[in-house]
Amino acid sequence: MIGPHSSPNMRVIGILVVPFVLMFGVYVIAHGHYGPGGGFAGGVIVAVAVIIVRMIAPRNLSERFFPPGLPLWLMVGGMGLFVGIGVLAVAWGGDVLDYASLPLPGDDSRRRYLSILLVEFGVGAAVSGSMVFIFDLLASLERDS
Amino acid sequence: MIVDIIAGVLIVAGVGFLGIGVLGVLRFPDYYSRTHAVAKAETLGMLLVFGGLLIHLRLQAGTAQLVLIAVFAFLVNPTATHALARVALRRGLAPWKRGDPT
Repeated sequence: MIGPHSSPNMRVIGILVVPFVLMFGVYVIAHGHYGPGGGFAGGVIVAVAVIIVRMIAPRNLSERFFPPGLPLWLMVGGMGLFVGIGVLAVAWGGDVLDYASLPLPGDDSRRRYLSILLVEFGVGAAVSGSMVFIFDLLASLERDS
Repeated sequence: MIVDIIAGVLIVAGVGFLGIGVLGVLRFPDYYSRTHAVAKAETLGMLLVFGGLLIHLRLQAGTAQLVLIAVFAFLVNPTATHALARVALRRGLAPWKRGDPT
């Protein structure tokens, strides 16, 4: 037997907290150059927000918030973004993962900054996708047994 | 000067509560009493430490973040413990009674 928590405390605090957790996750992903954090930590925090919703909301609501097919696409898309940007640099004559050769506006450091931001979002999407995937898998195992 | 003493007293008291929480986790006999030790002692200890840090730092760029961390920890820590204990009780984990083996 597994289902959403019936506790009103859990629901009220969870609904209060989820937007802030999501915002903090995106902040950690986008702020990864300057401080502790980055795609991995931020992706896990975004996944925590989704898992809180899975824990407190009824199943139809939580699957509308984050469809169960989405984690796979996030994993594939995030990994594809990372590898794609890295290999795309070769197309403009640089080395693999040499972001300065990409045709983005600005000087070298600005181009590296923009493309590292994209790569961080790719890593974050892949990590959050895999975390939610693992949670859904475990929950479905428990539900079916 | 006096402000620094107040901040130091608050931080030391908070660390003391955190230590009591750890002692509770190590020494209490079963799941429920251990989670109860973590919830109460750690919430109060964390609030005291953050209060002391706020007083010590006065108004800086980082103090708003400190206040936010304290508020969310105050909301989430008891809720998480509540959820854990509730699930354990629903799943039929029996509370410890006097005389049971630990």
